[in-house]
Amino acid sequence: MTRAMEQYLRPGVKATPFCPGCGHGILMGLILRAIDQMKMDMKKMLFVSGIGCAAWIPSPHYDGDTLHTLHGRALAFATGAKLYNPDLTVMVISGDGDLSSIGGNHLIHAARRDIDLKVICANNMIYGMTGGQVASTTPVGKKTATTAEGNPYRPFDLGRLVTAAGATYVSRYSVTQPVSLINSIKKALRHKGFSFIEVMSPCPTQFGRRNRLDKPEDLVADLMERCIPEEDAEGMSEAELAEKIVTGEILPCRE
Amino acid sequence: MLPEGMYYFSGNDASAEGALAAGCRFYAGYPITPSSELMERMAARLREIGGVFVQMEDEIASISAVIGAAWAGAKAMTATSGPGFSLMQEAIGYAAFTETPCVVVDVQRAGPCTGQATKVGAGDIMQARWGSHGDYQVIALSPWSVQEMYDLTVRAFNLAERFRVPAMLLADEAVAHLRETIKISDAKEIWDRKKRTGASPFGTDEEDGVPPMPAFGEGERLAVTGSTHDDWGFRKTDDPDVHARLVARINEKVLRQEQAIGETESSFLEDADTAVIAYGFTARTSLYAVKQLRKEGLKVGLLRLKTLWPFPESAVGRAGGCVKRILVPEMNRGQVAGEVRKCVRCDVEPLGLTNGEVVPPDAITDALRRMAR
Ligand SMILES: Cc1ncc(C[n+]2csc(CCOP(=O)(O)OP(=O)(O)O)c2C)c(N)n1
Ligand SMILES: [Mg+2]
Repeated sequence: MTRAMEQYLRPGVKATPFCPGCGHGILMGLILRAIDQMKMDMKKMLFVSGIGCAAWIPSPHYDGDTLHTLHGRALAFATGAKLYNPDLTVMVISGDGDLSSIGGNHLIHAARRDIDLKVICANNMIYGMTGGQVASTTPVGKKTATTAEGNPYRPFDLGRLVTAAGATYVSRYSVTQPVSLINSIKKALRHKGFSFIEVMSPCPTQFGRRNRLDKPEDLVADLMERCIPEEDAEGMSEAELAEKIVTGEILPCRE
Repeated sequence: MLPEGMYYFSGNDASAEGALAAGCRFYAGYPITPSSELMERMAARLREIGGVFVQMEDEIASISAVIGAAWAGAKAMTATSGPGFSLMQEAIGYAAFTETPCVVVDVQRAGPCTGQATKVGAGDIMQARWGSHGDYQVIALSPWSVQEMYDLTVRAFNLAERFRVPAMLLADEAVAHLRETIKISDAKEIWDRKKRTGASPFGTDEEDGVPPMPAFGEGERLAVTGSTHDDWGFRKTDDPDVHARLVARINEKVLRQEQAIGETESSFLEDADTAVIAYGFTARTSLYAVKQLRKEGLKVGLLRLKTLWPFPESAVGRAGGCVKRILVPEMNRGQVAGEVRKCVRCDVEPLGLTNGEVVPPDAITDALRRMAR
C-alpha cells in the first residue's frame, strides 16, 4: 500500500495481519484507492465484516466506523444499520466462506431486498482462517484440509447466484486486475442498490500449498493465467473454460 | 405514542406499545407463535410514527439487524419464542460482549424443540441466562399481567440503555395472549444511552462501569468487534489481562446492580411461615392459592419476582430468612427453584409442571397444605 493511502488507516493500526503473499492485503489497498478517488467522507462510511481473514481487511484498519460481527452475519448487521441510518455508506467486506456458506441465506435475501449495500467478497476459495478446509467456493478436485482426495462437489458461481437473487450490480475481478477492480468498486460506491463484487484473492498458506502452488508468485501467476476478461472467453470451448475464471461485469448497473 | 388513558390490550400489543413509548424505533423479527402479534403491531405502528420495521429471513438475521441498528443509534428490539430464541443466542452473546443495548422479548411456549407451539411454558429461564457461550450477563424481566407487558417493556429498554446490555422480557404465552385493561400514562421515566465525544466506547473509569456509546456516522470512527478488545475497540486476542478485565467488567457492571435492577413484590409475607416464590403467569394462580389458604388460616405468603436476571438474591434471601419453607411453582422442571435454593437455607420445594398448561391454583394449594402438615 502506498503511503498516500495511510490517511485512511486508523491511527494505532500497526502491521498487516495477513500472511506473505495473501491477496487480502492487496485488496485492502485497492478498496482505499477507490474510496480516495471517489473522495468519500470516511466519517459517513461504515465497514461491516463477518469472521475470517477477509473480515480483517476493514476491521479495525479502516479509519471509518468498523463493525466486526459474527461468522456469516455481516449482511444482517449491515441491513439494520443501513435501514436505520440511510445516510451511512455501508460497505460489507468479508470472505467467501463467511458470505456464501454460513451466511448464504443472508446473502440471497440481502440481494433480494436490493438495499444499498456495497458487498466485496474476498474469495480465496477456502476457509483461510481456520486452516484451509473446503469451502462452498472451492473448485472441484482441489485439495483442502478436509478433502485430501480433492473436492467432490461443485462450487457456487457467486455472481450468478446473487444476480438470480436480485442484486443490481454484480462483477468479478481478481486482485491481479487492480485497475478494473478499482473502477468496479467505484461503480459500486456510486450505485444505489445491492452491489456485489467477487474478488479472487490468492491464499498461498492454505490453498496454494495444498495444490502445488507453494510459492506466492506461483499462485499469482496461476490467477493471472486463469482470470480472463469476458471478451476473451467468448468462443472458448467448455473444456477450455473449465480451468478459467471469467472476470468482468456480470450484471452491469444502470448509471 | 398513545395518549394517556385506559386501553384494552393483549399482552403482545401492550409490549409493542411499551416499546414505542420507551423510544424504540427499529424492529426486526421473524414470525413465530405465540409472539407474532407483537411483530404485526410493530409493523403497523412503526410505519405510522416513522420508525423502521423489517421482517428478516430468520431470527439470527433479526437479532443481528437489531444490533446493527442499535450501533446506528436506534433503540431496537425483536420478539420471538423458544426455537427463535435458540437461534438468537450467539448474537445475544455478541450484544453482551460489545455492550449493545437492545431488547429481546421471548414469549415462552411449551418446549423443548417445536414442542406444543400454541401452549404455554416457562422453560427458557436458564437459556436466557446461559444460552450463549462464555461468561456474560443479561437482564431479564418477568411480567405477570398485560399492564406489566407494557411497563416492563419500558423498563427493559431503560435498563438496556442504562447498562449497555441486552435486556429480555421473559413473557409466557398466557400473559402474551391475555387481554386486560391497562393504564397508559405519560409520567414514565425514559433513559437514553450516555454519549461523550472523544471518550473510549469500551472502557471507563466511572464507577458504574458503563462506558458512553456513540453511534455510527457521528465521526467517532468506532471500531466494534466481538473479539476481545481494548477500551478503543482494538482486537486484543492474546493479552490475558485485557481479556480478564473486559470479562470482569461486563459481568460486574450488571451484578453490582442486582438490588437496583431486582424488583420483587410481596403479599402476605409479614407473618408467613411458608412462602410461594413465583413469576410470570404462575404468580397469578399462586396469589389466588395463597388467598384461599389464608382464609383457611394457613400462614402463607407470596414473593413475586419481576426480575429474573440478575437473580434477585437479596430479596429472595430476605424472604427465605423469615419462613420455614418455600414452594416454587413454575412451568418448567425447577429452573428458578434451583436458583432459590442457592439463596436460602430453608426447605425449597419445586412444583414443576410441564404439560403445556398454566399451573392451576389447586396444584399450589394442595402442595402448600401438604407442606404445612
Ligand atoms: C459460528 C462459527 N462457526 C465457525 C467459526 C470458525 N471460523 C472462523 S473463520 C472461518 C472461515 C472463514 O472463511 P472465509 O470467510 O472464507 O474467510 P478467509 O479466512 O478465507 O478469508 C470459520 C469457519 C466461527 N468463528 N463461528
Ligand atoms: Mg476464504
